[in-house]
Amino acid sequence: MDLRLSEKHSALQADLQAFITRYAAEAPKAGGGRKRPDARTLDWQKRLVEHGYAARTVPRAYGGFGAELDVVELAVIADAFVQAGVHPGLSNQGISMLVPTLLEVGTEAQRQEWIGPTIRGDVIWCQGYSEPGAGSDLAAAQTRAELKDGHFIVNGQKIWTSSAHYADMMFLLCRTEPDRPKHQGLSYLILSMKTPGIEVRPLRTMTGRAEFNETFFTDVKVPAENIVMGRGQGWHVANITLKHERLMLGDSNRLTQRLHKLTEMLQRLEVGGEKLIAIPSLRDRLLQLQGEVFAWRAHGLRLLTDQSRGVDSGLRRLITKYGATMLCFRLSSLAVDALGTAGLPYEVESETVEGDEATTWHVDHFYDIGLIIGGGSSNIQKNIIGERGLDLPREPKMIGVAAGRN
Amino acid sequence: MEFDLSEDQRLFGESLSGFLQDRQPLEALRRMAEPGSGFDAGLWDGLTELGLHGLLVPEQFGGAGLGVLDAAAAAEALGGTAAVVPFAASTVMATLALLRLGSPAQQAAYLPGIAAGEIRIGVGFAGRTGQTGPAEARLDGTRLSGRISGALDAGAPTHLLVCLPDGRAVLTGAAEAGVSVSSHRTIDRTRPVADLVFDGAAAEILGSSNRGPAALASVLDAGRVVLAADTVGAAQTMLDRAVAYAKERAQFGRVIGSFQGVKHACADMATMLEPCRAMVWYAAHAQDSIPAEARLWACQVKAHVGDVGREVARISTEVHGGMGFTDLLGLHYWFKRIAFNRQALGGPERCRHDAAVEQGWIVA
Ligand SMILES: Cc1cc2nc3c(=O)[nH]c(=O)nc-3n(C[C@H](O)[C@H](O)[C@H](O)COP(=O)(O)OP(=O)(O)OC[C@H]3O[C@@H](n4cnc5c(N)ncnc54)[C@H](O)[C@@H]3O)c2cc1C
Repeated sequence: MDLRLSEKHSALQADLQAFITRYAAEAPKAGGGRKRPDARTLDWQKRLVEHGYAARTVPRAYGGFGAELDVVELAVIADAFVQAGVHPGLSNQGISMLVPTLLEVGTEAQRQEWIGPTIRGDVIWCQGYSEPGAGSDLAAAQTRAELKDGHFIVNGQKIWTSSAHYADMMFLLCRTEPDRPKHQGLSYLILSMKTPGIEVRPLRTMTGRAEFNETFFTDVKVPAENIVMGRGQGWHVANITLKHERLMLGDSNRLTQRLHKLTEMLQRLEVGGEKLIAIPSLRDRLLQLQGEVFAWRAHGLRLLTDQSRGVDSGLRRLITKYGATMLCFRLSSLAVDALGTAGLPYEVESETVEGDEATTWHVDHFYDIGLIIGGGSSNIQKNIIGERGLDLPREPKMIGVAAGRN
Repeated sequence: MEFDLSEDQRLFGESLSGFLQDRQPLEALRRMAEPGSGFDAGLWDGLTELGLHGLLVPEQFGGAGLGVLDAAAAAEALGGTAAVVPFAASTVMATLALLRLGSPAQQAAYLPGIAAGEIRIGVGFAGRTGQTGPAEARLDGTRLSGRISGALDAGAPTHLLVCLPDGRAVLTGAAEAGVSVSSHRTIDRTRPVADLVFDGAAAEILGSSNRGPAALASVLDAGRVVLAADTVGAAQTMLDRAVAYAKERAQFGRVIGSFQGVKHACADMATMLEPCRAMVWYAAHAQDSIPAEARLWACQVKAHVGDVGREVARISTEVHGGMGFTDLLGLHYWFKRIAFNRQALGGPERCRHDAAVEQGWIVA
């Protein structure tokens, strides 16, 4: 056990302090994702990449900073931005999910073309996985892609496609081998959202904003070379992406950041001349949540050590998406309870308007439920924890149901 | 940066677990636990050989000179096997009290005996932990009088360590005139609590100490961390047994672990419990090396692990069905171990109160 930073890491920490002191005024407001980044955010992102505080381990050839992977460095960087409450750079589906996937299994040409603009925030991606008939059972996806004259011709429908209304590109899970068993008949394509035949219909969510969409495909032509790995390997690629999505959703830094915000608010706001933190029932809930966040923070350090040793964390990794998203919801629950009736006025018609404190908490509170469902719902996570983490037997398959592709 | 037990710490925990599983199979556990004194001479001597009692005693006094993290790794093994052995109070808290408050002469007088397994110190901290029950002790010169309930590791003590309301600590012989120890079997037959009654008993103050209150608080903190570690070990055993049972017990023509209700219950236990282990390590490491965070983490770990322990204990028992509720299966030893740890040295509510005071959210 040694939590001291090495000389190299202390030096990095000092550099970060200096960087933040010098440039923090140029940073966009922390938070405020889920919309196309504005010019200020893009400038900030470019500055971060230049200094190696974003896309640090992405090779220089692809527009990154080109540092050797050192997970402690990444943690030091993340921590510096959390502690300072400064925008840590973009984290979207392209950066957090597609880029690592291309680095792992993309072709050289795909990496050359897409990684650079994605990490700079110039190209926004959406994830075309879920369909009306294929949510938790993602491998049941039916959107078809047929290879004809050097192009895949895509027909079908995706749903819950976050950001599709402003995304430039999509990574798509579709069925190219309809005669193969369901998991083996899928492929993973990347395509421009400007391709003719794509229609995006926004779906308003419970937050009041239209954060996700229905996406329809009618004879959409995708060049054959836009497949990632081979035909029939889409399930494998999709799972690489999902692993990164779940790690992002299970990141304990988000919890720590939430806890800071919440604690600060309870210490600042008063009701009837009394600070909220002085009200025993609110304070006690805060203390309980603090204990839980501490546990996940320590757990995050343990995962970090696993990573830097190249050890697969197994069960320790599998629990993070479920654990962290549930706790996130309870943190925002306390915030909205503390705000009470004064926090109820709520106007969010537009995605680009930043809310006041109460509205922001309510948006988070709604969105937290979305994150409990998205990326594999809690029930699905618990299946995975039970079956892959604890080696419990799978549910027996029912005979005669959903025959055909199963 | 490395967040893990060291190879030595892991190996020590494993050898301790191995030894205890070997020496304390369920039938032996029943036999050792029945008297309820929390002490078994044979087991104690074996653990002396393994070096358990001198873990925190400096090498110059015959111990291993290790820290609270090592003690936490050991406690996880003790909780995991529901070991019938005094530890959190007698081995960790008493040793730390001597190290932090004792004079050099007192250290030289007691620490070698602790390491050699000849001295076992019951600890009465009741007045500082928020435990229920009487906690009145007063000192006239060197004569101790009063009554302290809920003393830990006092089933077969050679000495007693008692804290006074003013934050000083005093030590007496358990067999001194004017000392009476009534040890009670508790719900957890592996560890008792004792009522201590003093009537002008000869006592020595630890150190001359003005360092009293803060040093004593740090001793309490270490005790809380070690009890939390014990709970993590006990809860892990309960989870492991539930998972094993779920793979083997069949109903409706399939093993129960294939039912989502059971599978998800196991997943919930794992999701709650696994981060607690890292939390205990961090809290224990803070005791050794991060003074600024030590107190807050000690309070929080005791509170949070206490809550998780209770949930895991309930769910695991439930997964076992009627078997879980029997004495025959013996699962209840771990359930009760966890229940004891939850209350001892202050339950979650009291610990969170202390955490609030520590952060200046309320005035003590
Ligand atoms: C905010 C948000 C953003 C999203 N963004 C995207 C995106 O960008 N791209 C994309 O492709 N998708 C996206 N999704 C979709 C998301 O991945 C799916 O909603 C999710 O996988 C669940 O699928 P479903 O909605 O069809 O629900 P269903 O699969 O119908 O599930 C309904 C309920 O049944 C339960 N259930 C289903 N199967 C089982 C089982 N085997 N055992 C136990 N319980 C079960 C689920 O847990 C859930 O509670 C998003 C969703 C949300 C909420």
